Amino acid sequence: MIWDALFSTLFLAAVLRVATPLLLAAMGGLISETAGVPNITLEGSMLSGACAGALVGGFTGNPWLGLIAAIVGGAIIGILLGVLHLEFGADPIIVGIGLNLLVAGFTTFIVFSLLGDKSGTSSLGRNLLPTIEPGPLAGIPFLGDVLLGQHILTYVAFLVWAAVALLLARATFGVHLRAIGQNPLAAATAGISVKRLQYAAVIICGSLAGTAGAFLSMGYVSSFIRDMTAGRGFIALAAIFLGGMRPLGVGFAALAFGFFEALSIRLGNLDVPSQLVQTIPYIATLIGLGLFAWRETTRRRRGSGATGQRRRPVTPGADPA
Amino acid sequence: MRFERIRKEYPNGVVACESISFEIQPGTVHAIIGENGAGKSTLMKVLYGMEQPSSGQILFDGQAVTIPSPQSAIDHGIGMVHQAFMTVGTFTITQNITLGAEPQRRGFVDSRRAVAEVDELARRFQLDIDPLARAQDVSVGMLQRAEILKALYRGARILILDEPTAVLTPQETIELFRALRGFAASGRTVIFISHKLREVLEIADEITVMRGGHLVGQTTPEATDEVALAGLMVGRSIAIADRHPAAAAGEVALEVAGLSCLNDLERPACTEVDLEVRAGEIVGIVGVEGNGQTELVEVIAGLRAPTGGEIHLHGDVITQASVRSRRAAGLHHIPEDRMKNGVALPESIEDNLIVDRYTGSTVRRHGLLSPKRIGRFAEELISRFGVRAADSKVPAGSLSGGNIQKLIVARELGDQPLVLLASQPTRGVDIGAMEFIYAELREARDAGCAVLLVSADLGEALTLSDRIAVIRNGRVVARFDDVAAVTEEDLGRHMLGAAESKEPA
Repeated sequence: MIWDALFSTLFLAAVLRVATPLLLAAMGGLISETAGVPNITLEGSMLSGACAGALVGGFTGNPWLGLIAAIVGGAIIGILLGVLHLEFGADPIIVGIGLNLLVAGFTTFIVFSLLGDKSGTSSLGRNLLPTIEPGPLAGIPFLGDVLLGQHILTYVAFLVWAAVALLLARATFGVHLRAIGQNPLAAATAGISVKRLQYAAVIICGSLAGTAGAFLSMGYVSSFIRDMTAGRGFIALAAIFLGGMRPLGVGFAALAFGFFEALSIRLGNLDVPSQLVQTIPYIATLIGLGLFAWRETTRRRRGSGATGQRRRPVTPGADPA
Repeated sequence: MRFERIRKEYPNGVVACESISFEIQPGTVHAIIGENGAGKSTLMKVLYGMEQPSSGQILFDGQAVTIPSPQSAIDHGIGMVHQAFMTVGTFTITQNITLGAEPQRRGFVDSRRAVAEVDELARRFQLDIDPLARAQDVSVGMLQRAEILKALYRGARILILDEPTAVLTPQETIELFRALRGFAASGRTVIFISHKLREVLEIADEITVMRGGHLVGQTTPEATDEVALAGLMVGRSIAIADRHPAAAAGEVALEVAGLSCLNDLERPACTEVDLEVRAGEIVGIVGVEGNGQTELVEVIAGLRAPTGGEIHLHGDVITQASVRSRRAAGLHHIPEDRMKNGVALPESIEDNLIVDRYTGSTVRRHGLLSPKRIGRFAEELISRFGVRAADSKVPAGSLSGGNIQKLIVARELGDQPLVLLASQPTRGVDIGAMEFIYAELREARDAGCAVLLVSADLGEALTLSDRIAVIRNGRVVARFDDVAAVTEEDLGRHMLGAAESKEPA
């Protein structure tokens, strides 16, 4: 029965759906990490984007304005991280924890001030970004059920994946990002403005995480709910390291986490204790990170993948929200 | 180009350069020499836009220019090869050379053109590189050539090289000098920072000497010699190049038999090394860096497990002994990486000096550490070894490199050890500290200590050692008992493998 459920087209479509915010946020985080800025504010940026998107979209009645607001809401967190870390030299992890806590409190506060409701923006009514209608292609087996008819941001997420891969591999901007992440002094003496690029990286990162937030509040569900990110930012962070900081691997790691989240939703409908089922994505994250650490150790021992100046990866902390 | 009354005062009040004025002629190799802290690096940072002068100016062809950033220096045709290479390990040589100035097509790097351009440049200047190799996989010699090409790629007319030969073998140095002469002949200017006087005399057209932030002399190689230059640099006469051979060696103090070990990547680092060091002699180990000498010393010091062989200290097997028991038995160690393994930088001089004897009665009273005894002990060592420090409670990290090394030498030689492992004992220290450390090593030897010296500086190995062994690929490939008859070229041939002319592995 479980196998039937797992390999149904509905389930595979669900995997793509729940992987969308992970994929977007992980790509943003990958850019920031590549540029040498440890960024644990994915969670905060996502939550900020989800809240800004739902509020602006709800009040204007235009979900596209909501999307823009979500991107800005996420980017603001990136800018705050940039100012505090790059200008004032504050530790990025401490700043990140602070920003995540700040966003968790501030979004609840602003929703309550505007709507008088602590739990979320459901009183603004349903407000969704569109789903792409498959039209006449819907009849095609598999394709029609799994790949078509998804939310617009799901397609955006996959486009972003491809774009980030191309950017980091070939674009001048991406090559410079990698250079400043690995050896900022070398980049600086070669005439590259390290700080400017790091600002760009954290802003792109915040924008993508904000977009992920827009998906949550204007696609996955139809309003903002307090703390609705539920650790997805940290799972995205885990995907970055699990994927070995390479776009291809990071994307697949995000999809794998999406698979486990979809699994937990699916099993929730079956006769399994829901508390247990809900821990699946988080357990998968832990196992994934353990595998990653093990692989790194063995690889270093064999000496094949020892990258001279590679930074120590940041271990994601517990969800502080 | 001309420096005019350059003065640099740092915010903490230290004046690194005081009213420095001199000219550098185009098409020449101009050497700037001085001890550490003489201000030569600061002057070069000012020229390369990494520091701004407090007053004074830099003139090109009579025009005053300001250089606010490295990018601006690059735009003025100035290129710098830093002492610590500025490379990105996972990037290819081509990517490193073109970094920040990549040939582009619509926002993307045109990598085919980049490789072609780098290849052409390398051919033109006869600097042998592999454009597609990753920087982390190639030899330091090739990295340095890549750094030079990086400057030339940006159209450098003035090339600054900061201690370029410190990491090179004699053969690589000869090739570097040939290339530098080629640049000068093509009308480019080379600024050569060094404290190796012999090399300066060989390569430079003009020599500028700095001491304590002041310009103290300008000369040409024809008009001076090594002794005069050294005197000018330190402000007193100095003789470090003289050999003082040991009187007569005594019993075998340290014996290494068939010793093998692995490196950090778990590949063989040393293979069946046999060595004997007698009481009252200095045995030098030379080799291109990364050929197992570092690991060998770590195994003898007890910091790395051997995979085979035995170590004897005065006949006792210590192969499995702990570091503490080795030290207690009289085996002391001046480690290669002094900042990492030699001292705890944030801790006080006192704590650094008692770190291996805090259990002993010298610093304890009634079973507790006695601040008074520690202070007395530390003050005594500080004055005996001439460590320049405000007092014994300042952190070790606040001292200069030379004084940190003196601090380590004080700890390791303070109570006459039986065996001393000295790994790169004068790397990066100035000539005054070097002279002092040489004297201390010889004094310890003459008092009966067996010294195993590992040095990348062949001149140093030849000056200090009574016997020399050459190590290559983890094996001892040559031994010389009569050091006076050996030249750097002899050693260099064995270091690279007599029949090989290519890069060492």
